Amino acid sequence: MNCIVIDDEEMARAIIGQMVENTPQLTLVQECSNAMQAIKYLNQHPVDLIFLDIHMPDFTGFDFIQTIKNPPKVILVTSDKNFAIEAFEYECIVDYLVKPITEDRFQKAIQKANAKQLTVASTSANKTVAEDNANEFYINIDRRLIKIEFAAVNIVEAKGDYIHIKTEGKNYVVHSTVKKIEDKLPKDLFLKVHRSFIINTKKIIDIEDNSVLIGKDVIPVSRANRPELMKRLNLL
Amino acid sequence: MEQPNNHYIEQLSGDNAEFKAKMIAILKKELPEEIALYQNQMHHNDWAKAAASVHKLKHKISLLGLDKSYYIAEQFEIQLKDNSTVLQSDFETILNVMQQFVQEL
Repeated sequence: MNCIVIDDEEMARAIIGQMVENTPQLTLVQECSNAMQAIKYLNQHPVDLIFLDIHMPDFTGFDFIQTIKNPPKVILVTSDKNFAIEAFEYECIVDYLVKPITEDRFQKAIQKANAKQLTVASTSANKTVAEDNANEFYINIDRRLIKIEFAAVNIVEAKGDYIHIKTEGKNYVVHSTVKKIEDKLPKDLFLKVHRSFIINTKKIIDIEDNSVLIGKDVIPVSRANRPELMKRLNLL
Repeated sequence: MEQPNNHYIEQLSGDNAEFKAKMIAILKKELPEEIALYQNQMHHNDWAKAAASVHKLKHKISLLGLDKSYYIAEQFEIQLKDNSTVLQSDFETILNVMQQFVQEL
């Protein structure tokens, strides 16, 4: 974790600097003697963790937290025990160190910061899975689940109890209905142009009266669906 | 009168002589500066700023192992915020003891 220390007292900065040096997962990238200096630095260099003194001339640590956008994790460092309750009002504050800091207490604070990082990382990992799922779907063919990217689909065509999914390189036949797959496909990308056809509007080559050309396939466009298709076009 | 010690400095620096020297150098430089600032604020009856200086000095008091003196400083800081200077003399005695100790480090 890249970290900075903000404290107007040189001794406090030196002590934290030394403790950071003794902690392999931490890298001290900047020491700031006042909040303004830190704000300027953070505008250019995002960090993972801030050791922040509460009592500084002109600008308290809490003022500082309220000033910066998306504050990283913060460990408060102060001579005053009385700010503990206020500290818990800020989600970014992971711990509260009272000067003079001991090595043991410092390491506990780092463990808390790491724990918070894991929570954040785990949340963002879940988000990534959800986002990934938003870009693809799976079809079941011969007991195999095959992943298909939405963007790779050109056309979906209904044929009886089956649908044909035509992608850039392959065609798949799946036991399903147009209605079912229509609900799965992103509405901003796909449009039902006929009761038997759903097209990827990004794949349109040209449009002629009642049909669109996608790849080498000419797809019929019903009169009822034509106005919606025309709305989607970026017409000159 | 409670006497300062360098236990915290020794404990923190361990075998790291370079860091120990750095801490002592900072103490020798920063303590007189902080005391001078406090004295100036007191001279101008600027109790609010003097309280902030006392607050800052509390770190030096505690890292020199002055537990009872820390309590006096804490009380004096509160007093100053209420425009009272009852503990001024006690606090300044602590500062003198600290300065003497640091000079001899």
